Amino acid sequence: MKLDLHILGPLVALIALIILGALLNPAFLAPANITNVLARSAFIGIIAVGMTFVITAGGLDLSVGSMAAFLAGIAIIAMNAALPGVGENWGTILLGVGVAILGGVVAGLLNGLLITQARIEPFIVTLGTMGIFRSLTTWLADGGTLSLEYGLRTLYRPVYYGGIGWITWPIIAFALVAILGEWVMRHSRFGRHVEAIGSNDRVARYSAIDVNRVKLMTYVGLGLLVGIATVLYVPRLGSASGGTGILWELEAIAAVIIGGTALKGGRGRVWGTVVGVLILSMIDNILNLADLVSPYLNGAIQGVIIVLAVVLQREKRAADER
Amino acid sequence: MTILALKNVSKSFGPIQVLHDVDLALEPGEVHALIGENGAGKSTIMKILGGFLDPTGGEILLDGRPVRFASGPDAEARGIVVIHQEFNLAPDLTVAANVFLGRELGGLRLDHRAMRDQTAALLDRLDTRIDPGTPIRDLSVPDRQMVEIAKALSRKARVLIMDEPSAVLTHREVGALYAQIDRLRSEGVAILYCSHRLDEVAHLADRITVLRDGRVVRRALRGELTEDGMATAMVGRELQDFYPPKGNPRDEAALEVRGLTVPGRVHGASFTLRKGEVLGIAGLVGSGRTELAEGLVGLRTATGEIRVDGKPVAIRHLRDAFAAGLAYLTEDRKEAGLLLDKGLRENLTLATLERFGNLRVDTRAEDAALDRATADFDIRAKSRDMAAGKLSGGNQQKLLLAKTMLPDPRIIIIDEPTRGIDVGTKQQIYAFIRKLADEGRSIIVISSEMAEVIGLSDRILVMREGRIAGEVAGAQMTEDTIVRLAMGVTGNAA
Repeated sequence: MKLDLHILGPLVALIALIILGALLNPAFLAPANITNVLARSAFIGIIAVGMTFVITAGGLDLSVGSMAAFLAGIAIIAMNAALPGVGENWGTILLGVGVAILGGVVAGLLNGLLITQARIEPFIVTLGTMGIFRSLTTWLADGGTLSLEYGLRTLYRPVYYGGIGWITWPIIAFALVAILGEWVMRHSRFGRHVEAIGSNDRVARYSAIDVNRVKLMTYVGLGLLVGIATVLYVPRLGSASGGTGILWELEAIAAVIIGGTALKGGRGRVWGTVVGVLILSMIDNILNLADLVSPYLNGAIQGVIIVLAVVLQREKRAADER
Repeated sequence: MTILALKNVSKSFGPIQVLHDVDLALEPGEVHALIGENGAGKSTIMKILGGFLDPTGGEILLDGRPVRFASGPDAEARGIVVIHQEFNLAPDLTVAANVFLGRELGGLRLDHRAMRDQTAALLDRLDTRIDPGTPIRDLSVPDRQMVEIAKALSRKARVLIMDEPSAVLTHREVGALYAQIDRLRSEGVAILYCSHRLDEVAHLADRITVLRDGRVVRRALRGELTEDGMATAMVGRELQDFYPPKGNPRDEAALEVRGLTVPGRVHGASFTLRKGEVLGIAGLVGSGRTELAEGLVGLRTATGEIRVDGKPVAIRHLRDAFAAGLAYLTEDRKEAGLLLDKGLRENLTLATLERFGNLRVDTRAEDAALDRATADFDIRAKSRDMAAGKLSGGNQQKLLLAKTMLPDPRIIIIDEPTRGIDVGTKQQIYAFIRKLADEGRSIIVISSEMAEVIGLSDRILVMREGRIAGEVAGAQMTEDTIVRLAMGVTGNAA
């Protein structure tokens, strides 16, 4: 079997980064640091898996970062409001979890319906909802920060910090989402349909695939995953503001592209996306641990890697054509 | 003195030769009509003359000297102007901007006023009242065609090549077009005129060249050929043994269609398809054949009554058609039929994935289906993982046929069964189609190739301008009869 550079390329880059990190600072491989890197990857990672489906079907969602902030905001408001009635217990927390997840589904449904039923470009729709969610969050927080009541925060904290041994819950959730995502993309009818639509939606339509329904489901699925990511994010700080989740959408899209999924759709790589997320957060981590380059240049290095990843993939494709 | 000529020109696309040793000479002050069936090679000749294609053999002579055009604009710079069909305009630009596209007037700042005025003058000459400031998007189709004509007239043409300029024009506009053609002719411009309207060829042309299968089969001067004579020259060819023997359709109806209407495309089509029958649908490109088929299987919004095996069915989506036992093989293999960047397996099962496992797609069952399909339809591929786009046209078509047959439909509509594939594979596909009919399935074959429709079908419907213009069967199935029905030539049709 021929080795596929699309899968191998990002993996080689990831391994190179790990080796580089270990050489620069022995603390890099310490369990505490690895837990830290993985846990920080989890939010973007969970969202990026959903984004992989949206992009593979030929779509795009710019609203996920703002959506996460908005969901965190309404979840916190709901929990604080329920506190007097329900009390300081898991019932209140579960209510917040439900609000975030249901809100994510509804937000994804909104994006998806505008794209498939009103036939507006995904870029335009989600650029619009990105602004709407962001502004609503700032408005709900009245320009400041929405904070979870202290008692609830203490109760909720272990969802981010706790786990099985050094593997915290966000890492476990990320792993489960990635495994499920890979399975759905690779082995389910839905995944096959998503790739077919991104490859050529006319062929999909002529093959009796309900193109609009499948596209809609990719946005709903992404909304659900943003909800899950939010549920894991809220206990980290116990607060949300207009600045929560800024640029998450770009990090998620970058991870998908670095992972080898084609931006024009038709070829989805969930494992690649996972590798892409890890590459991005590892660069951040290495720059913080080593004094080689200023951490302020993190964005610049990530930008170079994104462009490089696409160039390498295109050269591979050009070689295939010959 | 001939201005532009083709000498022994041939052209191949890959293994398929579409022009064979064509000689053609365009004289100044003459209208030269080029006629032939769809696929006879008219557009290839126009593209070669206009600099958009290079011939594979022979030469192009300009003023008696061999010439090679680097591109369309290069040919245009030498005075050879092509009037395209109306869809070659930039829809968001204004009429004036389109007319002067690529050679705008003015320096750093464009001289909008001069371009507007000159465009208005050109349109006036064509007796057309279009505001030069209107975006093309807001114009009707005939108006767009008039803009395309005005654009060509604005170039200083020595040779004017017209590709069915009148196809979308109304009667009044055709009159204005004829007047301009007469004016240009008297000014010494050489005109090549392609048209499906034989009456207009008889009226306009000083010289007629008839093409069939990429060869010149008849040359005539004005008055030497009647419309009937042209139709006969365009067709008339025996290839009977190339096609499988005709079948014995049963009397039972498999599909009854009453008053099928696709808004703007098909108007009240009614017909019956019998069990074991191959029913041909002929007609010119744009006569509504594909739209009829797509309306029938739920790919287009349509109204009308459909009965399968005597029972009424409602088909709103392609899925409903599948459920009723109908399948449709598209004419657009590359853009609607196959995922060119995906492997054979993904393509074969795309429309019927639910048959390969509930939750998990069973790739082993898919592979088994692919094994069967490659054997049944003789699909030749280096490997099953290769992209469908890398298969030859013939193997792509066989894969598409296999994909269409996977849901085991009883009624199969095949649109252009052999477009762009080689002769050997054509014959194979004809044999597959007849075999399917002999198994008791019912088949509709839509084709632009007259010989193919006649050779394959037990009975033929001819469409013209969105309506079923007539039905022919048995000894009546001649190219002559069909061409008359398709073109609406009134004459003593048999």
